Amino acid sequence: MAGTLAEKVWENHIVRRGTDGAPDLLYIDLHLVHEVTSPQAFEGLRLAGRPVRRPDLTLATEDHNTPTLDIDRPIADTTSRTQIETLRNNAKEFGVRLHSLGDADQGIVHQVGPQLGLTMPGLTVVCGDSHTSTHGAFGALAFGIGTSEVEHVLATQTLPLAPFKTMAITVNGALPIGATAKDIILAVIAKIGTGGGQGYVLEYRGEAIRSLSMEGRMTICNMSIEAGARAGMIAPDQTTFDYLQGRPHAPEGADWDAAVAYWETLRSDDDATFDAEVVLEAADLEPFVTWGTNPGQGLPLSGSVPVPEEIADANERVAAERAIEYMGLTPGQPLREIAVDTVFIGSCTNGRIEDLRAAAKLMQGQSKADSVRVLVVPSSARVRLQAEAEGLDKIFLDFGAEWRNAGCSMCLGMNPDQLAPGERSASTSNRNFEGRQGKGGRTHLVSPLVAAATAIRGTLSSVSDLGPDVAVPDGSPLDLQPA
Amino acid sequence: MEKFTQHTGVGVPLRRSNVDTDQIIPAVYLKRVTRTGFEDALFAAWRGDPSFVLNQDAYRTGSVLVAGPDFGTGSSREHAVWALKDYGFKVVLASRFADIFRGNSGKQGLVAAQLAQEDVELIWKVLETAPGTEVTVDLEARTVTCDDVVVPFQIDDYTRWRLMEGLDDIGLTLQHEDEITAFEATRDAWRPKTLPAKHLPPVEIKAARPVELSLGRRPGL
Repeated sequence: MAGTLAEKVWENHIVRRGTDGAPDLLYIDLHLVHEVTSPQAFEGLRLAGRPVRRPDLTLATEDHNTPTLDIDRPIADTTSRTQIETLRNNAKEFGVRLHSLGDADQGIVHQVGPQLGLTMPGLTVVCGDSHTSTHGAFGALAFGIGTSEVEHVLATQTLPLAPFKTMAITVNGALPIGATAKDIILAVIAKIGTGGGQGYVLEYRGEAIRSLSMEGRMTICNMSIEAGARAGMIAPDQTTFDYLQGRPHAPEGADWDAAVAYWETLRSDDDATFDAEVVLEAADLEPFVTWGTNPGQGLPLSGSVPVPEEIADANERVAAERAIEYMGLTPGQPLREIAVDTVFIGSCTNGRIEDLRAAAKLMQGQSKADSVRVLVVPSSARVRLQAEAEGLDKIFLDFGAEWRNAGCSMCLGMNPDQLAPGERSASTSNRNFEGRQGKGGRTHLVSPLVAAATAIRGTLSSVSDLGPDVAVPDGSPLDLQPA
Repeated sequence: MEKFTQHTGVGVPLRRSNVDTDQIIPAVYLKRVTRTGFEDALFAAWRGDPSFVLNQDAYRTGSVLVAGPDFGTGSSREHAVWALKDYGFKVVLASRFADIFRGNSGKQGLVAAQLAQEDVELIWKVLETAPGTEVTVDLEARTVTCDDVVVPFQIDDYTRWRLMEGLDDIGLTLQHEDEITAFEATRDAWRPKTLPAKHLPPVEIKAARPVELSLGRRPGL
């Protein structure tokens, strides 16, 4: 029978098929762990006297709480320090591999899996973190879970799961200059809404998706959760294989050949049927920004803050009124006139090497607007090392930006990197919820290119707003190879 | 987990859509390593507003939250469920729930019951007209009763069964441990293992230091 990519990976992991409405029991190939959602799970194991069933399929890293300054000193915030120490103790007690602060493989969990070559096509990947959808970029079925499920996977290496529906999201054609993977996914979320993906695995297809690098694909799959979907997937292809080959945990020799032979079968069959389909034309896309307090409240940068009275749906109208008030905006105000205080470049959405290269390309030879502070936070210590090897750190520092150590940082402000009440950011992260980046903080979600252009001008801007003296990277794929 | 068949308690109308888990419990409260004691963190950003529904006497002891569509979106944090439970909520009623939140609720014995939006509106009206009105949620009959409003709700059969029996998922799964072991024996050789660890050579990571900012602000303030 014809199947979709998601169905094929699902079928391949059924330990026990559910009957009479019971869920299927699925095997989990890779379980990623971080300090915030795991302490209570390990405690549960301890109370029940259960071991971690497969420490060799489990990997932990420190990311949410970790400071991005002074990482060689004790963590100042005592509750953060306790949480990190708890993870260290649990990893030791249960025999789990941990990459701690200061280790070259420490970083955001969704960067660490791919960069070590642990994330591969055809796997099931889970983590107590909703942005686990990131790993779907490799053709893995990857989704976020709660702490009870973290404990369940630690104890059994399986999860009982009710089947998902499938949605094909096809993006035809080529992206225009200045538009990126981030703009694709923000446009998708604005189109289907923050609840549009509920119950679905999204599969991204089409020429615009195929021509993206792995970094761009990860950006797209990462934000599937913001459309309500637990997982997003992209069928693996040569781009995927090239990214993986030679990474520390990538298969070698005959195993590599066997893996690639299987991975090449991981695509939705031509006659497979999806439960829903959405089509976008890449040529219609332009840099996208959010104006509101959920990721679906986004518009092309050329637009204006919505006028609530013009919104037909009562719930959406009320939500827009509330968002505009919280964000301190005026209905009808052009988005390009919004001045920001802080530009944050980082997160599991856009803190990878390509994102840093994109920002650096625009910043090179420029200086930041005086009124803006600029934080650049690589997604992992390896990404930081690579950026430094390419000289990107010098470009950021000359521009007037701060060059930080790796972690989740201002994406959710669990560490000291936060917005003050009323402070406004252009952020390459994934959530513009009220208070997400600090109590009272106001977040506009943007791509790394828009973030860099905004840092130069001080107001929400795209590459097209910059003068001819700024080198404009090509559209898609971005010309972002190291010089 | 305690068995759940029926619950009656004060209904709390939360007329907001897209209540994400960052609103239910902000990230700053996620640093605790315990599973309880999150009651103060519930809706922390909104609790400072005197007009917020939980700050009104009639609703303060509420145990049935009646929320707008797309409740529990965003972060996977199970702390959102713990905070609702610690405050005293037994049931959340909404016309749509985010998938992860719904799953977390089921694991923790919080009933996430899905109603038609027009039925939510009817219940809101009753609760706002007569604050303090009790709502009865009958899991066996799958009905919600609030004054003269009696409406059905949806919850999947498996979750309902587990809630009514008070069953622990891990215990259920471990009944099939031999099947897990048999499955493991068939896994492909190429599938990755995290141990023994392989990585690029270790390199020293230089610590970033605070910089003087032109605005005179310290980072993070």
